[in-house]
Amino acid sequence: MTAELVRGQNHPLSQNRLVIRISAGVPVLAGATLGDENGTVHGAQWVVHPGAPALPGIEVPRQAAGEHRLAVDLGALPEAVHRVDVFLALPTGAEGPLRFGAVASPHTAVEGLDGAELACFTLTGLDSETAVFALELYRRQGAWKVRAMGQGYAAGLPALLADRGLPDAVDLAAGVHEASAHGPSRAQSTPPGPSSPHGTAARDPHDTSATVRADAPAATTRDTPPAPPYDLYVSEPQDTPASGATRQPPSYAPERSEPAPSNDARNPYDAQAPGTTAQEPAARVDYTHPRRRPHGTPPAEAPAADDRPAQPVAGDAAGWSMEERLYNQVWGMFEDLARTTAAYRSAVDFADSRLEKDLDQALSDPRGRLGTAGDAAREAARARRTQLVDQARAVLDRDLAQLTAESDVVEPALPPAYARWDNPVWHGYRVPDEPPMALRLGDLRLPESASLSIPLLVRLPLERGLWLDSGAPTADGSDSVELRHRALEAAVALAARLLAIHPAGDFALQAIDPAGAGATAFGPLVRTGVLAAPPATGAAGVTELLERLTRRVDLVQMALRAGAPESLPADVDTARQLLMVNDFPHGFDDRAVTRLRYLADEGPDVGVHLLLVADRADAAAYGPLLDPLWRSLMRLTPVPDDHFADPWVGHAWIYEPALVPAGSQILHQVLTEVARALAKHR
Amino acid sequence: MSVNLSKGQAISLEKQDGGTLTAVRMGLGWQAAKRRGLFGSRTREIDLDASAVLFAEKQPVDVVFFRHLVSDDGSVRHTGDNLVGGVGQGGDDEAILVDLQRVPVHIDQIVFTVNSFTGQTFQEVQNAFCRLVDETNGQELARYTLDGGGDYTAQIMAKVHRAGSGWTMTALGSPANGRTFQDLMPTILPHL
Repeated sequence: MTAELVRGQNHPLSQNRLVIRISAGVPVLAGATLGDENGTVHGAQWVVHPGAPALPGIEVPRQAAGEHRLAVDLGALPEAVHRVDVFLALPTGAEGPLRFGAVASPHTAVEGLDGAELACFTLTGLDSETAVFALELYRRQGAWKVRAMGQGYAAGLPALLADRGLPDAVDLAAGVHEASAHGPSRAQSTPPGPSSPHGTAARDPHDTSATVRADAPAATTRDTPPAPPYDLYVSEPQDTPASGATRQPPSYAPERSEPAPSNDARNPYDAQAPGTTAQEPAARVDYTHPRRRPHGTPPAEAPAADDRPAQPVAGDAAGWSMEERLYNQVWGMFEDLARTTAAYRSAVDFADSRLEKDLDQALSDPRGRLGTAGDAAREAARARRTQLVDQARAVLDRDLAQLTAESDVVEPALPPAYARWDNPVWHGYRVPDEPPMALRLGDLRLPESASLSIPLLVRLPLERGLWLDSGAPTADGSDSVELRHRALEAAVALAARLLAIHPAGDFALQAIDPAGAGATAFGPLVRTGVLAAPPATGAAGVTELLERLTRRVDLVQMALRAGAPESLPADVDTARQLLMVNDFPHGFDDRAVTRLRYLADEGPDVGVHLLLVADRADAAAYGPLLDPLWRSLMRLTPVPDDHFADPWVGHAWIYEPALVPAGSQILHQVLTEVARALAKHR
Repeated sequence: MSVNLSKGQAISLEKQDGGTLTAVRMGLGWQAAKRRGLFGSRTREIDLDASAVLFAEKQPVDVVFFRHLVSDDGSVRHTGDNLVGGVGQGGDDEAILVDLQRVPVHIDQIVFTVNSFTGQTFQEVQNAFCRLVDETNGQELARYTLDGGGDYTAQIMAKVHRAGSGWTMTALGSPANGRTFQDLMPTILPHL
C-alpha cells in the first residue's frame, strides 16, 4: 500500500521502525536534522550526517552512494525530538554533477520492516539546487507522520543547514563533505561492527530481527551515541547497479493516499488557541522554494497494467502548472462522473420502458389471463429489468470506485484556492505571491453517488456576480432567520477565501450590511481587520459606498478605453474589489438599486465583483424589474440544493457550499495571516 | 491486414491474438470530384457528415453527429465537422471514435451513416471511403469503398453490434437519401 506523495502532502505512519530508501542516479550523501516541537535544531549535535552518522533512533551512511537505506526507529528518538528532516546533498568536488537538475530525480520511499512501502515521493522539478530536504517525519499529538518536502537550496548544504538556524553551518557543511569524502569504506561494504553477524541480513528488509534490535533500551543508547543501537542502514554498493535501476519505479499496487480529513474539528491545529501559530513563526514551515515558481513539477509517471485502470495520480492532466493540471483534472473527473451517470440512467430508463412494454404484452395476451403463464411472463419481464439494471449498476460502481480513488488522491493535493476548509493545506497557509487561476465555490454530487463529491471550480476573475440565496427551500425546514444566517456565513467564508488566495493588496473587501443584522457573521472579517472599512450601514452608508465603487468602475473604464491606465488618480484603489451586500434590497432606494445593477453589469470587466446575500422574495415589490439582475448572478445556496447543471449532459447536481467546519479556528488563523501581510504591504 | 468488405459482409472484431478490441475508429474520407472544362481547377465544396446512432433493442437512444459530438455517456466521440473533405490526401476527414468498453450495457448496436449535407450526390464525390481502425494500434481492420456514382445522398455504412461478449462489425452499404441522420432512420431500421 504505497501512497505516492506530492510536495507538501503528508501520510500517517503506522509503524515506528522504518527504512527510508533513497535512490538517486548519482552518488549523493544523506543526513537528517532533528528538531524539537518548534522545529528548532539545537546545535550541530542534532544533525546526523556522514561525519556523525549515528544518533539514537537514526543512523545514516558515511559515504555518498546512489542508493541508501536509512533505518529509523521513531520510538528510540529522544523525547525532545519532534521532527526529523531527511536531506540529500551532492558531494562537492571536481567530478560529479554540480546540480540536481542535471541528474535523474531522486526517489525516496518509506518502508516498513516487512519491506512494504508506506509512502514514496519523487523529488521532481529540481534545477540548480545541490542540497535538498527530501522528507520530513514529524510527531503530531504522539503520532508520527511523513511529509513530502522537496525544498532545495542552490547554495548547497551550508544554506540548507543555515536555514535550520545552525550558527556554524558553513563549517559543519564543510565537515560533512570532508567526512563523506574520507569516510571509512566500511559503509560501502560491511555494516557496523557490533552487529556484523547480522550485517548481511540487514540488507533484507524482510528480516526484522536483524534490522532493528528493539531490546536496546533507548535510555542507554542515548547516553552512548557513538555506538549504534542497531544496524541502521545498508548503503548499496556500486556492484549491484541493476537492482538500483529496477527499483526506481515503485510498484503500483492498489493503494489509497491519506483519506480526505473528515469534516469536523478533530484537526490538531484547531485545538490551539487563536494566534498561537502567529506567535511561533519558527513552527511554521515554508515548503515553497524561495526562487522557484510552483509550476514545473511534472506528474509522476504511472505505468498501468494492461487490464487494470491506471492508478490515479494528482495532477494527471494537461496544463502548464500544477494548479492548472489539478484544475483540468477536477473538471475531467466532473465530466467523467456526469457521463458515467448518464450511461447508468439511460440504461435504467431503457430497462423501465422495456419492462412496461413486456408487462403490457403479457397483459394483452389472452392465454396469460388464466393460470400461471401470465405470472411467469411478468416475473420474467421483471427479472430482465433487474438483470439489466444490475449490470448497469456494476459498471457505474466500477467507475465510481475509480473516481473515488482519484478524488482521494486529488483532494489532499489541492492548493488553498481549490481546497476544502478542512484540508490541512490551510494550516500551512501563506499569503501567495501570484493570483490564483480558479476558485472552489463548493461541492457537487449526484444522488447515485452521494459519497463522491466533485469540487466546483470556477475560473478567476469571476465573470458573473455571486448570489447566496437566503430564501432557498430547505429540506429540514429550518426557519428563515437561521437560513439568512447560514447564507451570510457561507458568503463570509467565500469572501475570506477570495481574500486569502490573492496576493496581499491585490484584493479588497467592501461590505454593506444596511441593518447591521450580520454583525456576528461579519465578525471574523471585522476582528482581523481585513475589511477595508467596517460594513456600511444605513441608507447613507449604502449610498456612499456604492457611489465610491461606481466612480472607480467609471474611472478605470475610461482609463482603459483611453489606453492610459497609469493616469488614474492616486486615490483610486486598483485592487480587485469584492462588494458584499447583506440582506439586499433592505436599505436600498431606487437609485442605489440602479447603481448596484450598474456594478453588476460593468464591474466584472474592471475588477469589481458582487456577492449578494438576498432572498428574492424580499425584492418582490420590484416585480419583474430585477429579474435580469437575478439571472445575471450565479446562484449559490447555503444548504444542499440541486440547481446546478453540468455542461455536457445537463444532470441536476446537488450543490453544497464550502463551509468552515463548526468550531474550527482556521478562518481566524488564515485571516490573521492575511491581515499581517496586508499591514506589511501598506 | 485490412479486409475489403462487400455489402452485407460481417467481420468479427475479435483480435487475432484472442483479445477483444477496446477502441475502434470509424473514419470517413472523401474528395470533391473535379469539374471538367473551363475553371476546372475550381472544386465545388462538398460537405459529407458522418453520424453514429446508438440503439438499444431497435430503439434509438443517442446519436453522435456534428451537432452533438459526444454521446451523453462519453463512449462515442466525433472528432468534429469537416465541411470540405480532403484535398487529395487519403486520410480520414471525419472520424467517430468508439470506446467499446465504455458503451453502456443496454446499447447493443451502433450504426454508422454518412450523408451529404450540401446535397450533392455521391456521383460528385471521389475516393470516398469508410474504414474501421483499431484505435489502440492504428491498424486498419476493414475498409468499405463508397463505390462512387450512385444517385443518392446518403448511405448506411456499417454497424457494430454485440455478439457474445465481444463486438462484430457488419458492412451494410445501403443507399439512402437525406440531409441528416434523422432522414435516414426509416432506412436504418430494417438493418437492425
